[in-house]
Amino acid sequence: MRPRDAPVVSGGTADGGHLEELRSAPIELMRRLRAECGDVGAFDLAGRPVILLTSAEANEYFFRAPDEDLDQAQAYPFMTPIFGKGVVFDASPERRREALHNQALRGDMMRGHAQTIADEVDAMVADWADAGEIELLDWFAELTIYTSSACLIGRKFRDQLDRRFAELYHELERGTDALAFVDPHAPIESFRRRDAARAGLVGLVRQIMTDRAAGPPPRRGDRDLLDVLMSVRDGDGASMFAADEITGMFISMMFAGHHTSSGTAAWTLIELLRHPAELARVVAELDGLYSGGAEISFQALREIPRLEAAVKEALRLHPPLILLLRAATRDLEVCGYQVPAGALVGASPAISNRIPQDFPDPDAFVPGRYAEPRQEDLVHRWTWIPFGAGRHRCVGANFAMIQLKAIFSVLLRDWEFELAQPPESYRNDHSKMVVQLARPCVVRYRRRGARPAGTPAARPAAGG
Amino acid sequence: MRIEVDLDLCQGHAMCELEAPAVFSVPRKGKVTVTDPQPPESERSAVQAAVRFCPAQALKLVDD
Repeated sequence: MRPRDAPVVSGGTADGGHLEELRSAPIELMRRLRAECGDVGAFDLAGRPVILLTSAEANEYFFRAPDEDLDQAQAYPFMTPIFGKGVVFDASPERRREALHNQALRGDMMRGHAQTIADEVDAMVADWADAGEIELLDWFAELTIYTSSACLIGRKFRDQLDRRFAELYHELERGTDALAFVDPHAPIESFRRRDAARAGLVGLVRQIMTDRAAGPPPRRGDRDLLDVLMSVRDGDGASMFAADEITGMFISMMFAGHHTSSGTAAWTLIELLRHPAELARVVAELDGLYSGGAEISFQALREIPRLEAAVKEALRLHPPLILLLRAATRDLEVCGYQVPAGALVGASPAISNRIPQDFPDPDAFVPGRYAEPRQEDLVHRWTWIPFGAGRHRCVGANFAMIQLKAIFSVLLRDWEFELAQPPESYRNDHSKMVVQLARPCVVRYRRRGARPAGTPAARPAAGG
Repeated sequence: MRIEVDLDLCQGHAMCELEAPAVFSVPRKGKVTVTDPQPPESERSAVQAAVRFCPAQALKLVDD
């Protein structure tokens, strides 16, 4: 029997189908699709069908499928102008698999990474007064530029970066309008800024390369990834990689871990501040662990159950990627439905993470759902999918959790925070495929143990 | 005690090797090899830690 065509969600326009809705309100579109069509449904992306899967059974198919059936390379056209030709999603499956098996993410590297991250947080708070305000988007985006460059490329490279790199990188991330599915070079403002930002990043990296080339050669133990790439020669003895290619590699290495970690750190803090009892438990947990003098580089690798549960719940409610895509390379069948060759196939963390049968009270922040015996992230491994699942599960998930544990170990040890806006005013901006916190997103900080403003200081005893 | 590996899921993080080096081995590039598929009871807590800390959730401890 021939499989049925997947039902198509309501709405859409004659020319672009559901493209405009995907560009403005993607979660509403996908939520309506599941409500109307069930576990497998379709929407129309300017003439190209997208088969959206949301149930455990359909997701398991999606996440176990080999690249030969469901291909990532053709599914993210908005990434090619950001990475540049020949980098990551523009390479063969074999090359990508190899590139993703990144030595920097192996377990034995993690202790060093945890220390590096703690040092970067210390450096970022070094110029804080006893009390003040931060914009969460800017602050965590800058921090995670430093942590990801230091851990993945090397501290030496990181030390040659400043705010400008973070600002340009942010412009790249903003250049991920879903219009790229129709034309990645359409004449719109965010794409112009994206291209200018990429050129700006190449310029910064080229300057660093010029400075290094002019200086003495690095000592053997002092080489970072940039030194290594600069030293690779082709058959004629010329440099193998130009600044443009090296920048593309660095952009792609940092991309998956940047806005994702930045957003998750921000949302973990926001949700904890919205739930003071939960925050108090996390702070007590950290105080207990670190009062005995434990090192962050050690502790961030071990279990910190309440903090981890808060991070997981922030991830479930606010997944940094809301739609994961593949392209069907041949006619396929999912749960009795036809997937025609050439269609896009999607899985949605934003939708699956809130299926009420798997996650009771799905819209509430309930870290307790990860404690034994509920362990909803493990029990529902095909619907708890902030990191994806299966063969393409985020290779940086472990690093990400260690990073978040290290960040909050430092921040909550030394500082108290409070929301500077009404709790419900913090929200995500879904107008780009790369989801970011919408501005304004301000919180206040105060040094722990510091006196509230206006309290007189205790006088040292006179005399003596 | 027996160990099951889902090689579809293994990504070569080598966390298992850190937790239970007598039971798991992961090459610099590649997936896990279970060097002792039926380890002695003395390895139980190490194997449990390996299962728990596997970032890809590719390991399972089975008691038949």
